Amino acid sequence: MQWETVIGLEIHAQLATRSKIFSGASTAYGAAPNTQACAIDLGMPGVLPVLNEQAVRMAVKFGMAIEAEIAPYSVFARKNYFYPDLPKGYQISQFELPIVGNGHLEILLDGEIMRIGVTRAHLEEDAGKSLHEDFHGLTGVDLNRAGTPLLEIVSEPDMRSAKQAVAYMKKLHALVRYLEICDGNMQEGSFRCDANVSVRPVGQQEFGTRTEIKNLNSFRFVEKAINYEVERQIDVLESGGVVVQETRLYDSARDETRSMRSKEESNDYRYFPDPDLLPVVIEDALKEEVKAELPELPDAKRERFKSQYGHDQETASVLTATREMADYFEVLVQKSGCDARLCSNWVMGELAGALNKNSLEISASPIDCERLAGLLQRIADNTISGKIAKQVFEEMWQGSATADAIIEAKGLRQITDSGAIEKIIDQVIADNPGQVEQYLGGKDKLFGFFVGQVMKATQGKANPAEVNKMLKEKLR
Amino acid sequence: MHNKSIAELRRGLHSGEYSSQELTRVFLDRMQRHQALNCYITVTEEQALEAAARADAQLAGGKAGALTGIPIAQKDIFCSKGVKTSCGSKMLDNFISPYDATVVEKFHDAGAVLLGKLNMDEFAMGSSNETSHYGPVRNPWDADAVPGGSSGGSAAAVAARLAPGATGTDTGGSIRQPAAFCGITGMKPTYGRVSRYGMIAFASSLDQGGPMARSAEDAALLLQVMAGFDAKDSTSVDRPLPDYTAGLNEDLRGLKIGLPREFFGAGLNSEVAARIEAAVDEYRKLGAEVRELSMPSLQLSVPVYYVIAPAECSANLSRYDGVRYGYRCAEPADLTDLYTRSRGEAFGSEVKRRILIGTYALSAGYYDAYYLKAQKVRRLISEEFQRAFAEVDVLMGPVTPTTAFGIGEKTADPIEMYLSDIYTIAVNLAGLPAMSIPAGFVGDKPVGLQIIGDYFTEAKLLNIAHRYQQVTDWHGRIPQGFE
Amino acid sequence: MSLTSEQVNKIAHLARLGIDASDVDAYARDLSGILDLVAQLDAQQTDQVLPMAHPLDQAQRLRADVVTEEDQRELFQALAPQVEEGLYLVPKVIE
Repeated sequence: MQWETVIGLEIHAQLATRSKIFSGASTAYGAAPNTQACAIDLGMPGVLPVLNEQAVRMAVKFGMAIEAEIAPYSVFARKNYFYPDLPKGYQISQFELPIVGNGHLEILLDGEIMRIGVTRAHLEEDAGKSLHEDFHGLTGVDLNRAGTPLLEIVSEPDMRSAKQAVAYMKKLHALVRYLEICDGNMQEGSFRCDANVSVRPVGQQEFGTRTEIKNLNSFRFVEKAINYEVERQIDVLESGGVVVQETRLYDSARDETRSMRSKEESNDYRYFPDPDLLPVVIEDALKEEVKAELPELPDAKRERFKSQYGHDQETASVLTATREMADYFEVLVQKSGCDARLCSNWVMGELAGALNKNSLEISASPIDCERLAGLLQRIADNTISGKIAKQVFEEMWQGSATADAIIEAKGLRQITDSGAIEKIIDQVIADNPGQVEQYLGGKDKLFGFFVGQVMKATQGKANPAEVNKMLKEKLR
Repeated sequence: MHNKSIAELRRGLHSGEYSSQELTRVFLDRMQRHQALNCYITVTEEQALEAAARADAQLAGGKAGALTGIPIAQKDIFCSKGVKTSCGSKMLDNFISPYDATVVEKFHDAGAVLLGKLNMDEFAMGSSNETSHYGPVRNPWDADAVPGGSSGGSAAAVAARLAPGATGTDTGGSIRQPAAFCGITGMKPTYGRVSRYGMIAFASSLDQGGPMARSAEDAALLLQVMAGFDAKDSTSVDRPLPDYTAGLNEDLRGLKIGLPREFFGAGLNSEVAARIEAAVDEYRKLGAEVRELSMPSLQLSVPVYYVIAPAECSANLSRYDGVRYGYRCAEPADLTDLYTRSRGEAFGSEVKRRILIGTYALSAGYYDAYYLKAQKVRRLISEEFQRAFAEVDVLMGPVTPTTAFGIGEKTADPIEMYLSDIYTIAVNLAGLPAMSIPAGFVGDKPVGLQIIGDYFTEAKLLNIAHRYQQVTDWHGRIPQGFE
Repeated sequence: MSLTSEQVNKIAHLARLGIDASDVDAYARDLSGILDLVAQLDAQQTDQVLPMAHPLDQAQRLRADVVTEEDQRELFQALAPQVEEGLYLVPKVIE
């Protein structure tokens, strides 16, 4: 039987506020345990929540970016369950009336644009962390993270493959960073994903029974976990079994998903409106303010790159995938005054390669725009060849010298003096009479040999165009 | 000294007739002597004497605040930093609050001296003070009768002159009903008028703190300090605070009083009814116009309340889990055992009943039938009050169907206990201000008159209460043995 | 409406509330009584009525995004039954 996969994602993005969603405690990552858990975060008797304005603005910003309805009136609800990392015994979330309604996002996969629906996005508080290192057989609880604002972004079940799911997640990741509402740091858990996965026979209308996979904290894991789960469900169905609706945990070490029984016990969350909080009313004035603050969004930027720089779809997509990359590219074009094509080739080629090899983000690049512009200018004005430029780039990566300083110190300036080149060519011809004879006898392939010899004699510094031209004349 | 009003005590302190330390001593001694009433859970003697010494210095230096040197007592539901705040529960018997409630802070800033923390029904759930982990409080008018609840310790302490004034909280009548049973003056302000920050939550959309004192004038002085906007409470109302004593003597001629027929139905004890009617007559003499009106949905306030209050409480009390503070059971086998036993061993049966009913009302499949339905009827009740206030200025009626009942008399049947709050609950559902003032006696037990106003009419209610207290002396009566 | 002992046990578990086996019947009786009282609401027509969650018709106030709280771990953890290395300890959590 042919099976079709159906995937919906729930993404939790930690909002980049300074303080928590309902208290004035810091949200900074990495503090000593429980030093950033105030009386409110700890759920002390008598404390009350007050909503953080920035969290609301960020949610509105996100909603506008995905062209969603912003609820004029939204409500916080209590989601009740007992867990040690949940101090109040309920999580303040939104249930029936979320702040962001229906919106959508476009993903580009294999040259095709696909629209993925976003059902809703709602504000909620994060829980703390349980640490399972052994404290005499007990679990330690750190509540620093408790109360950090989250935007939970729920997609429609619109994705049909793990690859699409990853593309959607990447797009969302780029978007929240464009909007500067989330730092996107997946190692620190700032951007997390739960995947709802089901399969159904191709052609069937109704969805199959789904499972929810938790704990997906990298793009790679999302892809692997979904692929594993799809296989597992198909195996179950093909061997005559039924898929059980349940929560499953992805174990990256074993590359498998397994049932999380602990979550099954109490899924009667008894949502009801939180009486400590009043309805959130979003006035048009706030929406206008936020709209004015919206940066150019990835899709708009991609289209602009295509028309302004003559990029093809692929290049424009890669360059606009993150705001930092796009900014780097545009500053590079501006500072170097070079052709956009030369700039994009270098950003996507040497620079991206080196960053990738060293697992660095472009924002942490050892070579900033200014220095790279200096290098590209020397290519453009023929001071060095592209090949030598790569050598200079390596040097620049290691230290802080400018391209000019390296070219000068290492004497890498291209030889464009035709007299000097001519002398070298004459010498090469004189030293290789046999090859000259063969070449003149019709062995055209040997031309490359002569170019090589000349370049070798000049340590690559001769202008290759000049060398070609003169060699052709001399060997006629 | 202990029979003087707060206003009189202020004058005595300012004129140097006596010091705050002397005054505080008087009350500490009385508290000691009348321990049998069981009003206080914690006596903060040392801190009180220190605070009194500071107050005396301030008084001498001419830097006195509104209540500088006046001893007061807090219901043990208000968190007070460095002091045990038990909420009447075994769950918090070991809880030394790490912070001050806004109300506590305000009294502190006004210069008041904290005498101690007052007994109450566990987590404010009860109408008789019998659900307290610390045992029942006795009614100063009759040691075998309950003082009412949940602010039973507050009412009894004020009636017995063990504090000139106290705080209470009112979720379904918990200030007004004990005030009525103990013959004192209590006010539940408009929801949002007094900050709930640091006031341990029972039912968040109903809870409201308020003053309990011997007279309307004293209540006004206390409310002046307690009330006001608080940025830490999202449900606090940001609106100017009137001067609550300025209008106390305003003339009542032309005041329109409404008597809801439903408050005078079959359940009302006839002698209590007679006292209420007499009080209303007194208002006629003061120039008020009285008319009857009908508010049929008031009948539904008890069932609405017993969905909403338990639902909210079931979530509010989930934080007591034996992890970060409070009671933890011995040697929990696993996480579920930690939760179930800690909560099972430390909550009393009334608290458990309410958590259970609330959990049930919110659980899958029942939410619409119970919680949502109750919220809708709540609106009908609230709208009915608004229709009434389009016709009259205030509503009057009894606070309770009977005078204080006997200790143990209603503990066997929780429903009968719930029904004793029939006249007070609707006010909380609507969030309105209301008072209970002494209006006579049946036998030797006091009767309370309830006065209900529209939103933010606290000053008017105090004025209405004060004028009555100018022409009657019920509020000045002292229970035997506490003179 | 009457609740069975089984239902009471289920609710008690949902609320993580330990109840003595000998008290279950009494709770079932009391809770059923409360539900009977609440059943009075059924007769009230409420189709066109909006639920009322708060007494006052107000909107949520927003707080400026400013860090105002300092570390008070020592003070707070002095209240805790069991802590170690700054962590609250609980019986082992199994996921």
